Amino acid sequence: MMTHTAYVAASYGIAVVTVLALVLWVWTDGRARRRELQALDEAGIRRRSVQAGEAQ
Amino acid sequence: MSENSLAIRKFSDLANPTRFLALAGRVLPWFAGLTVLLFAIGLYLSFTTEGDYQQGETVRIMYVHVPAAWLSMMCYSVMALSALGTLVWRHPLADVAVRAAAPIGASFTFLALVTGSLWGKPMWGTWWVWDARLTSVFVLFLMYLGLIALNRAMDEPGKAAKVSAVLILVGFVNIPIIKFSVEWWNTLHQPASVLRLGGSAIDPEFLAPLLVMAVAFTMLFFTLHIAAMRNEIWRRRVTSMRRQAARSAGREV
Repeated sequence: MMTHTAYVAASYGIAVVTVLALVLWVWTDGRARRRELQALDEAGIRRRSVQAGEAQ
Repeated sequence: MSENSLAIRKFSDLANPTRFLALAGRVLPWFAGLTVLLFAIGLYLSFTTEGDYQQGETVRIMYVHVPAAWLSMMCYSVMALSALGTLVWRHPLADVAVRAAAPIGASFTFLALVTGSLWGKPMWGTWWVWDARLTSVFVLFLMYLGLIALNRAMDEPGKAAKVSAVLILVGFVNIPIIKFSVEWWNTLHQPASVLRLGGSAIDPEFLAPLLVMAVAFTMLFFTLHIAAMRNEIWRRRVTSMRRQAARSAGREV
């Protein structure tokens, strides 16, 4: 039989883990995409609209 | 220029992903800071206010459970509005918003279900019952998972956007069912006590932490959603630039 405090602790614990997992996922996803964009930029590959802007 | 075309131009300005990226970069630090501050106040209130005379300490589960449940429905409503944006206005950011929101909505629904279960065991004597409220929220959770799977299974983003938009709008019927399930059917789950005719039935001692936590969760949702939308725009740019590079490399050979 769990005490009431244990149910409260389990609820908050799971909430913290879920929220942290979400934040971590969004954060790492963003970093990985930013790195990909940078790698493309270094390879000289730019968006057509940016290229058009440079040509003008 | 006529007033009408000016309004249309303003609307299409908002639809510009580059403009969105600039705006996201500006607002995200503020949103994140506000979210942390609100959670600090909310958690402080959650653990310093008194316990309930009947429920004891377990009333504190409410400060996580209720905001998570509200957010699970709000997120789906945001997705339904975006689905309209995809189908009616072909707004380029609408599908990006849908894709970014689905995993966040699924997480909040998961949280509402688990904390509800952890509250149900000591208060009702059972982890789970198949009553109308619990079942309809479980269906919402399955819908989120289905939408995520559908989006991942289809390679062509344009086609996936249309199919999931139709599915989201059909599934929206579940939201009023969740909201009113506790009134339409005889459920173990209690009826609404904050947003109801005749005013809130909750003591101010519990209402203050609940409302602060609800605003904190809402800010958390918007922060994560804007950041995830930004990631999705970047992901699409990377894909299209790689395709473009492959095409021009093919032409040179």
